[in-house]
Amino acid sequence: MGKYLVMIYDDEAKWAADDGSVAEQNHKNHQAFVEANGSTVRGGGQLDGSETATSIRSDGNGGYVVTDGVFAETKEVMGGYYVIEAADLDEALAIAKQVPSPMGGVEVRPLVNGG
Amino acid sequence: MAAAHATEWAAVLAATARVAADLDLAEDCVQDAYAKALVHWREQGVPGRPGAWLTTVATRRALEHRRRADVVRRKLPLLIPVEDAVDETFPDDRLRLVFTCCHPALSQEARIALTLRLVCGLSSAEIARVFLVKEATMQARITRAKQKISRTGIPYRIPRLTDLPERIDAVLDVIHLVYTAGYTANDTASRRGLDLARMIRLLLPESSEAAGLLALLLLTEARRPAQVDGQLVLMEDQDRSLWDHALIAEALELVPGAVGPAGRFGLMAAIAAVHAEAARWEDTDWPEILGLYDVLLAKWPSPVVALNRVVALSYVAGPAAALEQLPDDPALATYPYLASTRAELLRRLGRTQEARAAYEEALAFTTNPTEADFLQKRAQL
Repeated sequence: MGKYLVMIYDDEAKWAADDGSVAEQNHKNHQAFVEANGSTVRGGGQLDGSETATSIRSDGNGGYVVTDGVFAETKEVMGGYYVIEAADLDEALAIAKQVPSPMGGVEVRPLVNGG
Repeated sequence: MAAAHATEWAAVLAATARVAADLDLAEDCVQDAYAKALVHWREQGVPGRPGAWLTTVATRRALEHRRRADVVRRKLPLLIPVEDAVDETFPDDRLRLVFTCCHPALSQEARIALTLRLVCGLSSAEIARVFLVKEATMQARITRAKQKISRTGIPYRIPRLTDLPERIDAVLDVIHLVYTAGYTANDTASRRGLDLARMIRLLLPESSEAAGLLALLLLTEARRPAQVDGQLVLMEDQDRSLWDHALIAEALELVPGAVGPAGRFGLMAAIAAVHAEAARWEDTDWPEILGLYDVLLAKWPSPVVALNRVVALSYVAGPAAALEQLPDDPALATYPYLASTRAELLRRLGRTQEARAAYEEALAFTTNPTEADFLQKRAQL
């Protein structure tokens, strides 16, 4: 058994173009996903938009540089996540395939030492 | 000994990996077993079942290691699952090994390298030669792939039934690529590709696509003797008496069970079979081939299939009609066969100057010396 982080990556421009109907259905789909996979879902949440992101980089001299914005600029940004528990990658991928991500997709990564 | 290496390697490693729960450790133990065999077999003769002998020695060694490793708790995560239970539907351990090496979470390059290394038992140096890369590069690629398997928890087992068709396709793709990588450049790889296709056909007797792939490779291999001195000879110009008719017969038996609307390799094998059944180039049943390409293209649209279909069309409707239907796909912009096909069509239409220019264009895109040599000669016709 190990824990995997499922990161949901979305194209925010597509969400901005939505009249609310996709978002509403998506919300229901997430609830259904969590219900269907109850015991394997160990945590998760929806992130606020990338415009709310603040990044902190170490300056290499014991100090920090705080900047507005996401850590890496890409078209798709992380919009939410789940922590799931699975026996192996095949099982983790089978669960991750059910994660609703209508405006993008998901990335799956194991937590080191089983989390 | 060499025979035992070629025929038993995959089974010995596959069984040892299940016990070792670690691909590196399994490889070490198997190499060790082969080294022991070298001494033992010389002194006491080759045992009745060399594979079983090797597996016993290798797994015993793996167990010793694990017992010791349990004391000094290993930091590296293990292959999962560690179990001695045998899958009843697929009892052969080699299948676990193949499915693990060809897991979709690995890059295509990594799948090919791992399959050649772990299933075929080739060294990194041998694999590097097939793909014309440095040995260190290949070694690094294999190490990264093995790490991805253990760190992400790619399981060492047969995929669940719902994933099976897709996973079988992935395995067959890798075998096809292993074979084609070797076809013009290095026949070690194509021989291994053919061995793998035979093995997977044996292990998955229910899969029509496994039959299709084996048939396709056998038919391709059968034509190899007509390539004079490693030079490319167009099928049109091949001496068909040089074809390997034993391989063709073996393939033709597989084709009927392999052809279906759902089988890509089955359809490709059927096309190759139509060629194999024509006694002379002039006897080729082009309408049949064109029909098969139509089905293939409808189901698996790809610019390369579209290009091959156009070649068939040129023998049904003439080169002028075919020229008009040449695919205009940006994916083929640097694909040498697009230019060389255009060149052939132009040559058949008597447009020699344009044909020559098209051969030159194809020449600019090919990286294979055998093909370059062939195109050079065509350009001078």
